[in-house]
Amino acid sequence: MSESLANPLLPAPYRVLRNKRNTHDVFTLDVEPVKRGNSTLFSPGQFNMLYIFGKGDAAISISGDPTKEQPLRHTIRRAGVVTQALEQVKPGGVLGIRGPFGVPWPVKEAEGQDVLLVAGGIGLAPLRPAMYTLLANRDKYGRIALFYGARTPEDLLYLSDLEQWRGRFDLQVCVSVDTAKRNWMGDVGVVTKLISKASFDPLNTVALVCGPEIMMRFSVQELKKNEIKSGNIFLSMERNMKCAVGFCGHCQYGPHFICKDGPVFRYDQVQSLLGKREV
Amino acid sequence: MESLEKILVQHPFLKNLEQKYVQLIVGCASNVRFDSGTFIYREGEDANYFYILRTGKVALEIHDSGRETITIETLGEGDVLGWAWLVPPYRRHADAHALELTRAIALDGKCLRDKCRDDHNLGYELMMRIVPLITHQLQATQLQLMDVYGVKK
Amino acid sequence: MISKNESFPDALSAEKKVVFVARKDLPALFDSLWTNGFRILGPTLGEGAIVYDELNGIGDLPIGWTDEQEGATYRLKKRDDEALFGYNVGPHAWKKFLFPPKHRLWSAEASNGLKITEEKQATQKYALFGVKACELKAILIQDKVFLGGEHVDPVYQARREDALLIAVNCTQAGKTCFCVSMDAGPRAESGFDLCLTEILKEGEHYFIVEIGSAQGAEIMANVPHSYETGEAEKTIQTITAKTAKQMGRVMDTENIQSLLQDNFDHPRWDDVASRCLTCANCTMACPTCFCSTVEDVTDITGNHAERWRQWDSCFTMDFTYMNHGHARASAKSRYRQWMTHKLSAWFDQFGTSGCVGCGRCITWCPVAIDITEEVSAIRESQTAAKPTSS
Repeated sequence: MSESLANPLLPAPYRVLRNKRNTHDVFTLDVEPVKRGNSTLFSPGQFNMLYIFGKGDAAISISGDPTKEQPLRHTIRRAGVVTQALEQVKPGGVLGIRGPFGVPWPVKEAEGQDVLLVAGGIGLAPLRPAMYTLLANRDKYGRIALFYGARTPEDLLYLSDLEQWRGRFDLQVCVSVDTAKRNWMGDVGVVTKLISKASFDPLNTVALVCGPEIMMRFSVQELKKNEIKSGNIFLSMERNMKCAVGFCGHCQYGPHFICKDGPVFRYDQVQSLLGKREV
Repeated sequence: MESLEKILVQHPFLKNLEQKYVQLIVGCASNVRFDSGTFIYREGEDANYFYILRTGKVALEIHDSGRETITIETLGEGDVLGWAWLVPPYRRHADAHALELTRAIALDGKCLRDKCRDDHNLGYELMMRIVPLITHQLQATQLQLMDVYGVKK
Repeated sequence: MISKNESFPDALSAEKKVVFVARKDLPALFDSLWTNGFRILGPTLGEGAIVYDELNGIGDLPIGWTDEQEGATYRLKKRDDEALFGYNVGPHAWKKFLFPPKHRLWSAEASNGLKITEEKQATQKYALFGVKACELKAILIQDKVFLGGEHVDPVYQARREDALLIAVNCTQAGKTCFCVSMDAGPRAESGFDLCLTEILKEGEHYFIVEIGSAQGAEIMANVPHSYETGEAEKTIQTITAKTAKQMGRVMDTENIQSLLQDNFDHPRWDDVASRCLTCANCTMACPTCFCSTVEDVTDITGNHAERWRQWDSCFTMDFTYMNHGHARASAKSRYRQWMTHKLSAWFDQFGTSGCVGCGRCITWCPVAIDITEEVSAIRESQTAAKPTSS
């Protein structure tokens, strides 16, 4: 547990080791604690609050490999003031970090079952640690498939990971983009279309879904159509967050605090809220 | 070589179709292959056939002068290509471009239309298989139009 | 949760935890609090209302004043007696002391990397003097929010830990009061260090003081008092029962959790939205509303930054802002969120209602939206009327 959890509102300093560009608006920051003793441990699906001096916090999922000793890795899309500033940070720069926070993906609970990962856009970032964990314990799972949808081929993240995963015989990787120029030889179409083409045992399958809310709603429909049980579908939800520990009230979603009861929810926990307007 | 009938009944599109109807359809079917890079059909052409895809990959493309050609969807094994044969005036609304060596069963649209007219039960069976494809495609198009992964303005 | 259930000092044993204190001896209670290192916060006249502020003597209390309240209406009025606690509740809630409206969480220096310095927590002990039953319940509810989970809020904790709670039983109720419906009053049942019941009759003026903790007993040890002779309990019951009958409002809370869940699309939300100004008054006045936001500031050198936390409200547009828009853009959705959270989701989150029936949201709403009226409107015309077990 990191030192900052004593006072969950107090960031600890982390030094930026690398700022790598993924796409035109997505980049990945590797950071390590300035003080020894501040941990880099996390569970797949958890997030950190990244503070950049004077600007504020952004909730960013942790996207590195939890099974390896490595810097904390955050893949970030430039969207608001804080992420714009984070994009400019150079190696050696220092950020404040609070976390890790939140309920992780149920990777342990999924042992013995087939696992489907359904990612949309930047939603692949919080799923990548889950994939690393599954692959590090490959013999504990049945079939594993990743369905990844992005806007265009230029928006695809983690190309070297995707290439490596695609090369494995014990893993199915389907990538689809919403629209592409003619030089793209891969699939075009919504990611949900790929699901019914994969082979898995519906009654013994866990699905982990992360992406824009509407994409998750359509994914759930498709998963249900393929007879996957509601209790085996997990979604990672997003709302405005300030404190990350349930004090500030911003991220409430019906009875849930996304920050501490989520971000990962079992589908039947949020089923009655999904698709309702302005919850 | 497998018989056309055997291939047809194994395809998801015709799954659980009664034997008598399969036989009716076989009368309109032929085996086809398209080399990588060839166009299966082009926008504006008569929609004489539709294709039950066995292997390969086909891109549905739309072009507009002065813009790069856009792929709106790719289709592959298990998919069905083209439903314009069913709807007057039976014209293609996009280009179908084989991205890989593609094998398919081509079904003669006019032949099928005639059989459906003679046997409405066959027509119903086919309709119940084609309407979901169209609905599915419509929903997919709606999602693509929403540009859900883009930064909203 | 803070519990102070240790045994009482000999002078005031557990059996004798109710005593009488004459009105003239009440200053000794203030002296005892000061001697024990407390500063006293309590009701006083200010801003045309009875507000909570630091008290420097009994004379600062709103002696002989009361308030008249209705939807969107609050008026001070002179009483025809010298009652110290003859009012209902004002615009302030005690949360302003336990969870300050604006406070610095930490400071940061940019020179030489990043050095973040935690704000030192206040060490001053405060006695909250004159906490009404509904407000006491509200404090116990906020305890669950800030102290009851996996993480503890250090700001609230520091202030709450050392706070002495001196409750006052209500001897009257206002027109916007409905604590009885919310099972939050008018009698303070537990959670206090001391609880006063003011008796003013036939020329007599004294207080029945119930002692709720060892610390309360310690404070009382220095205050002249007499032991009650058996009638105190009955007197308190009689007075608070009379108060209970005066409730100006009623809320039927049966199945309220599912009532609101099941009526997410009720037309009444549009109706209330057409009146609601989304001004956030209700959330500021509410003694349990706990939402906050943070502001990051830098000074002119650019090397010093601070994070300030301040009260926020689910009625503001920015409350749910994400980079792709506002999750609750309409007034309808924001009112629905506030009321559904308060009366329904709160049970899921904290095992209790978030409403204590203090009536502040009714009194201080500029257009007199009445939460009790909104609940009955939905209840009486619900389309989704189905039996529920909760």
